[in-house]
This record gives sequence, structure tokens and C-alpha cells, in this order.
Amino acid sequence: MTTDALTSPSAAGLLPRRRNQLLVAAGVFAAIALSPFVIRDVYLQNVLVLTLLYAAVSQSWNILGGYCGQISLGHALYFGIGAYATSVLFVTYGVVPWGGMIVGGVLSAVIALLLGYPCFRLKGHYFSIATIVIAEIGLLLVHNWDFVGGALGIQWPFGSDSWWTLQFARDKVPYIHLALALLAVTWFVTFLIEDSRWGYWWRAVKDNPEAAESLGVEIFHSKMAAAAVSAFFTAVGGAFYASFLAYIDPESVMSFRFSLLFALPAVLGGIGTLWGPVVGAAILIPLTEITRSYLGGSGSGIDLIIYGGLIMLVSLAKPEGILSLFQRKSRKEVRS
Amino acid sequence: MTTQALLQVLASGLLMGLIYALIAVGLSLIFGLMDVVNFAHGEFLMTAMYVVFGAFLLTAIDPVLLVPIAAAALFVVGAAVYLGVVRFAMRAKANQGMVQIFATFGLATLMQGAAQYFLTPDYRSIGNSWLGGKTLDLAGVFLPWPQIFGGLVSIAAFGGLYLLMSRTDFGKALEATREDQGAVALVGIDRNRVFALGWGLGASLVGLAGAVLAIFYYIHPQVGATFGLIAYVTVALGGFGSVFGALAAGVIVGLVEALTAALLPPAMKSIGIYALYLGVVFIRPSGLFGRL
Repeated sequence: MTTDALTSPSAAGLLPRRRNQLLVAAGVFAAIALSPFVIRDVYLQNVLVLTLLYAAVSQSWNILGGYCGQISLGHALYFGIGAYATSVLFVTYGVVPWGGMIVGGVLSAVIALLLGYPCFRLKGHYFSIATIVIAEIGLLLVHNWDFVGGALGIQWPFGSDSWWTLQFARDKVPYIHLALALLAVTWFVTFLIEDSRWGYWWRAVKDNPEAAESLGVEIFHSKMAAAAVSAFFTAVGGAFYASFLAYIDPESVMSFRFSLLFALPAVLGGIGTLWGPVVGAAILIPLTEITRSYLGGSGSGIDLIIYGGLIMLVSLAKPEGILSLFQRKSRKEVRS
Repeated sequence: MTTQALLQVLASGLLMGLIYALIAVGLSLIFGLMDVVNFAHGEFLMTAMYVVFGAFLLTAIDPVLLVPIAAAALFVVGAAVYLGVVRFAMRAKANQGMVQIFATFGLATLMQGAAQYFLTPDYRSIGNSWLGGKTLDLAGVFLPWPQIFGGLVSIAAFGGLYLLMSRTDFGKALEATREDQGAVALVGIDRNRVFALGWGLGASLVGLAGAVLAIFYYIHPQVGATFGLIAYVTVALGGFGSVFGALAAGVIVGLVEALTAALLPPAMKSIGIYALYLGVVFIRPSGLFGRL
């Protein structure tokens, strides 16, 4: 297996389409970076942080689930590893969260590779259910592991606002910029990979593994690479979430609902696309946060009714995702 | 552990396992029929429990006698979900597997929300069935009657299912559709009708399970989530689409869970099932009795 050049047309120089995508991305991210100066409401800023975070983590999920077609419903495990590694290293050993973020990411990627070894032999639903089960085992172990706080979790110490320790008690704006940076990085990594050989291999593995294999695509290695990249960035997202909450417990970072929350924006927006997770998160997260705070406060369930109904409607009405509404027919035909 | 205690654990595990098998078999049946995993299966179970609870409040008839009502109600729910949701998910040209997962998952969330909204998040239980609180003393092994009743219903349901599949025209149409969806259309079987009836049948089986669980288990909007995951694991362990696999795997899951609970702290009781599941599929990727 070689990792030489990106054997794509873009290696010689960006195609106009690719260049335009970069310009659009730069514009969108710049606008979001400036938005907190317009959106002064703390509650809305909070929603924006979560939206950017879920967009970033969903983009990470999309690398394995969308591009490579391996529907993981257990990414909460990697999110949890990132959150816990960062919290334990910071609270117990005084390592700054930036370090914990990297350690968590690498640890997560290594675990994804170890788990990928047996799991990638499984097909379809067997794979998805195995990922759920593995994440549930992780959740149970963390629950019963006193070193990481067991069911009580880990409380971050209160410190002064600092970029060094990623603690901002007074102001949400730094968190917006951090989450945006995370989204921009995951977006850009996906952008780079999309047009690289790995990107083409992943799509081939997703569309037709048998044909891909006969053409010399190394299916197993493709899946392993996608899993490692996907797990790394999911864990970085978890690390960010831990610093944002300043308190974590098993349920608040590793429960099954997170695994779904990472997959849903991508599915809603359009899986295997650059902007799908971003569009999906921009619709789903504000909607769920706002319905939760205005209608679901007492556990009335209206938020779940709206949330569930929306997921059902979109997946039935627009199986390719909301983004497909804006795509010209001609390009879709060329691509397929 | 003494022999007596071990027997107690195994007997309890067996009875619970038969109920797990009954929960799982409908899921497996539907999958075998049309390759669809219903992620709202646990919510079907929850619905059945509320049906029994509601019927009990209204009529004060003993829940033991309400079991057929739950099965009939869930038959309607299953067929309606096929006609109203799944039929459309099957038409998706792109990402079909994903669409099925999320359409049924969205439905599950909606059902949970509806249960919370209309029935409140409270935990409820049916206090006074005439089976409630009674136990059978079998040479020092104590078995609660509600669980024994559940095991018997499960065995009867599997027997009935076997007869239905092997002796009736519907069963033959079901089996034929499982074998070859294209060919059945050529011999004049209405595939849509078979699918709708298949969903009805699958749902009515989990309806039976919900009805017997309602007699001795707490009823609340999230109850489906717990049993749902056990059902997916059971079906995958036995092999998707295999009815016999669901029965065997359900019993194994019940036994393993009971043993784990006896040996490890109660919070860890599911870990045995999960480990068993992974152990089996890593060696046999299509489950114990799955077709490769």
C-alpha cells in the first residue's frame, strides 16, 4: 500500500469547482466567525456553539458513514474517549486540554483500528449493531470505573478565563470560535480527502465493494483509514464538549443518543457530501434545542414528537438529504 | 454458588429468555421477509404494554385475559406502520438502508414523545393481576407465576408461528416472498399485501411479549429502548431472518444475562450479553443460524 500522490486531476491545480467550494467555505466560516457580534443573546450563542460542534462531529462521522458507507451507530464511544481523556488529563494530571485533545484523538483512532479489525468483517446491520453494542460496553465500563469518576463523572475546577486551559466562564464567544475552528478543520480535511485516492476508494467501497475489490481497491485498509480519521476528529469534538460543559459524566457524553446525533445531521443534510452535515446540523440542532427549551422543559415529549417526525419526514421525502434540493440535475447524472 | 442457587438463576434466566425470544422473533421475521430492520421495535413493545395497562384500567379485566387484545392491537399498528411509513422508505432510490434506519428511528422517537405527552413520563404498573405476587416452589427453586405465564405464552406463540408458516396459505406466501420477491409477483401474490400482513404478524408477536411483560414490569415511555437493544442483539446473535435462531438466541441471552447478574454487580448485567454477541459474530459474521 502506497500513500504517494493524490492521483486526481486536482493534483495539478484546483479545478474551478473545487476552488469555488473553498471560496464558499471561506465566506461561510468568516460570516459565522463574525456572527457573535450580531447575535448577543447568550442562549442563542449557546445554540450556535452546539450547532457548530455537532456539524463538526457529524462531518467526522460522515467520513466513515457517508463516504465509506459503514453505518456506525456507536460513535459516542469515540466522543466519550475524547471527553474523558481530556478531563482526566486536565483534572488529575494538570495537562492542558490542548494536549488532552490530541491524546484523546490518537487514543480514539488507535481503538478504532483495533475494533475495526474484527468489525469490518461484518456486513450491513451486523456491523451497525456491533457498533452500538461496543459503545454500550464502553458506557457500562466507564460507569463502573472509579478512576474516571464512575457514575459521578468529573468536575473541572473553576479557573480564570484562558485560552490555555480552554475555560471561559464569562463569555461564550471564544467557544463559538473554537467550535468553528473545529468545524473548519474537519470540513477542510474532508475536502482534501474527497478528491484524493482515499476518497475515491471510499466511495467505491460504499457503492459496490465487489466491483471495487476486483479493480484492486484495498477494501479493508480503506475502511480502517476512514475509521481512524473519523474516530480522531470525533474524539477532538468530545474533548471540546468536555471543556465547554466543564463537567462530564458517562450519560452526558457517551449515551446512545449521541451516536444518533452524530449520524442524523449528515443523513438529514446529505450523506457523503461536504456540506450535508453542516446543513443538517444547522436545521436539526437549533430546532431540537429550541423546542426542548420552550416545549420540552417538563419532559412533556412535544420536542421528541417534532424531532422524530422531522427525521421521518426528511428521510422519506428526501432520501438524498436536504442538500439535494439545491443540486443541479445534470451534475448528479454525471456523478452517478 | 450452591447448586440450588445456580438452578434458581438458570430457571429465571430461561423464563426471561423465552420472553426475549418472543420480543425478538417479530423483528427477525420482518427482516427475513424484506431485509428491513425496524428500529421502532422496542416502541411497539412499549405500545403493547400501554394497551394492556389502558384496557385494564377501562375494563378491570385481568391482564392475563387481555393478552389477545394486545396482539390484535399491535397487528393493526404493525400493518399501519408498513403502509404509512415503511412502504415509502422502500421506494427510496438512494441510501435505502440508511432511509429505513432513520425512518423507523424517527418513528420510534415520535412514539416515545407521544407516549410522554399523552400518557406522562410516570412509571406505572398493573397492581392486581391474580398471577401477581404468586410464586411456584419447585423443590426449593422459586419461580414467579407471571414469568411462568410469559414463558408459556412464548412457547405457545412459537408453536403457533410454526404451524402458521408450515400449514397455511399465508405462511406459504410469506415463505415464498422470503425466498424470492420477484418470482412471487409472477405467480400472482400481492407482495404489498404479504408485507403488510408480515408486519402485522411481526408486531402482534411483540404485542404478546409486551402484554406478558406488562403484568410484572414497570410501564413507562422509555421502556422500549432497553428491550429494543436486547432484541437487536438477540436477532443478530441468532441470525437475521431465522425464526429458530431468535428462539435459541433469546433463551441463551436470558441465561447469560441471569448468570452475569448473579456474578457481577447488577449495573453490569448486560455486559455478558454484549460480550457474547461480539464473540459470536466475530467468529460467525452472520450469527448462530443466519444464512451467509
